[in-house]
Amino acid sequence: MSMKCDVVVVGAGPGGSMAAKAAAQAGLRVALLEKRQEIGDPVRCAEGVGKRVLSRMVKPEPEWIASEVKGARIYAPDGTSIVMSEDRGGAEVGYVLERKVFDRGLAMEAARAGARVMVKTRAIGLLKKDGVPFGVSAMRIGEPLEIEAPIVIGADGVESKVGRWAGIDTTLKLKDIETCAQFLVTDTRVDDQYCEFFLGNDIAPGGYVWSFPKGEKLANVGLGILGSRSKPGEATRLLKEFVKVHFPNGKVLEMVVGGDPCSGPIESTTADGVMLVGDAARQTDPLTGGGILTAMQAGIIAGEVAAKAISSGDVSREGLKEYEDRWRSDIGKGLARSYEFKEFFVKLTDEDLNQLIGSLKREDIAKMDLRGMLRVLFRLNPRLLWELRHLVV
Amino acid sequence: MLTVNRYKCCYCGACVGVCPTCALELVETFIEVSADCKECGICTKICPVGALEVKA
Ligand SMILES: Cc1cc2nc3c(=O)[nH]c(=O)nc-3n(C[C@H](O)[C@H](O)[C@H](O)COP(=O)(O)OP(=O)(O)OC[C@H]3O[C@@H](n4cnc5c(N)ncnc54)[C@H](O)[C@@H]3O)c2cc1C
Ligand code: SF4
Ligand code: SF4
Repeated sequence: MSMKCDVVVVGAGPGGSMAAKAAAQAGLRVALLEKRQEIGDPVRCAEGVGKRVLSRMVKPEPEWIASEVKGARIYAPDGTSIVMSEDRGGAEVGYVLERKVFDRGLAMEAARAGARVMVKTRAIGLLKKDGVPFGVSAMRIGEPLEIEAPIVIGADGVESKVGRWAGIDTTLKLKDIETCAQFLVTDTRVDDQYCEFFLGNDIAPGGYVWSFPKGEKLANVGLGILGSRSKPGEATRLLKEFVKVHFPNGKVLEMVVGGDPCSGPIESTTADGVMLVGDAARQTDPLTGGGILTAMQAGIIAGEVAAKAISSGDVSREGLKEYEDRWRSDIGKGLARSYEFKEFFVKLTDEDLNQLIGSLKREDIAKMDLRGMLRVLFRLNPRLLWELRHLVV
Repeated sequence: MLTVNRYKCCYCGACVGVCPTCALELVETFIEVSADCKECGICTKICPVGALEVKA
């Protein structure tokens, strides 16, 4: 079997669906492939997003949102906590989504814009002529299918292959991926108003524990640890320990595991006829692990650039350069900065973390965003944060 | 040989992203290991549930 279109998008996560929607809105014939039979399921996410950035891109439907949070609370290893409020807390908090519904909602928007959505359809390679891709080969419900298209957008998540097929090395080093486990917990001890973050080398080496509220006394409680400090099964083992201590009577309603890239921007996200988007392009924020919004932002740009390239007839890497330039200027700089912070923070001892959080205890950080808070941290702890001074000016 | 404990695996795809030889594939709900596997063990470290093991 074979078919033809202008753009094939591989993967119907937030990145792929936004790319497909933007390309379809610009008048292209789009196929959106998803290997799973149900879009959005199983989830591999803590589901926290910033309200403002989300609302700039889509109109959030009420059924996408599990809860709205008041702010963020951060715990040092010694138990000291500080509070940052949502409008000052930056991008990570705001809504906690129901991603099974959200991901499906975005795919629906792509479909309504005209994209052809194909579930249980897995890309297994690029079609190539003289080394140049012109579509994908796929398995659709167990049957081979060739889809010819001048442009392939790889939005195939942490397990991405599209880049590697096109000669872009997206392999993650163990130090550049967080391995995560999460339980949906119901317990009277759950704070259902705040997103909580717990730091400490014992509870989450090279990462953190989170608790993101999803309803009354209900939260996504999970953790990520740096791959280079993990061993087989470690994420799940540490999570069980944390839950036993913090929610001894908690009941677990769902289990989620996953890998979250934290490599910072990679060298190239384009090849002839190919663009990578979202986790596939490793566009996740290395410090927070947030990647929903960046995937959507990059997806929109990729869809728009695809339309221009198709109409100009130049789908070579050079012709797709606008994608590379635009995402790097819109989100790439922030990701690069976050990577430097992450590389620094993963080296801190528990004493360092206690000192940093403790130093904020007497400060009024209420009106500050993340950047402002880091500036205060630097003023109070110049020696500890000396390496970061170029980032904090 | 690299073994996948299918009863443990939660099909998250993390192992696929770190394999230097592109030997793993996540097919919906199971992991396939190809002949390109060099038994380096990198993927076993990342697995959140400990489903992967290099056995002699
Ligand atoms: C435990 C955990 C917690 C997280 N918490 C947050 C959070 O709170 N906030 C946040 O913003 N981000 C969070 N993230 C990151 C976030 O989940 C990702 O960055 C986001 O899902 C990336 O979107 P995407 O569209 O790039 O990829 P994905 O959402 O991963 O979608 C990729 C899709 O491609 C499909 N696919 C893959 N290969 C193929 C193929 N060959 N053919 C067809 N389809 C294919 C997959 O099945 C999948 O549906 C978290 C990640 C983890 C692991
Ligand atoms: S990392 Fe572990 S749980 Fe995830 S897909 Fe691989 S084997 Fe399965
Ligand atoms: S053992 Fe090494 S080569 Fe084999 S699948 Fe795992 S990471 Fe890849």
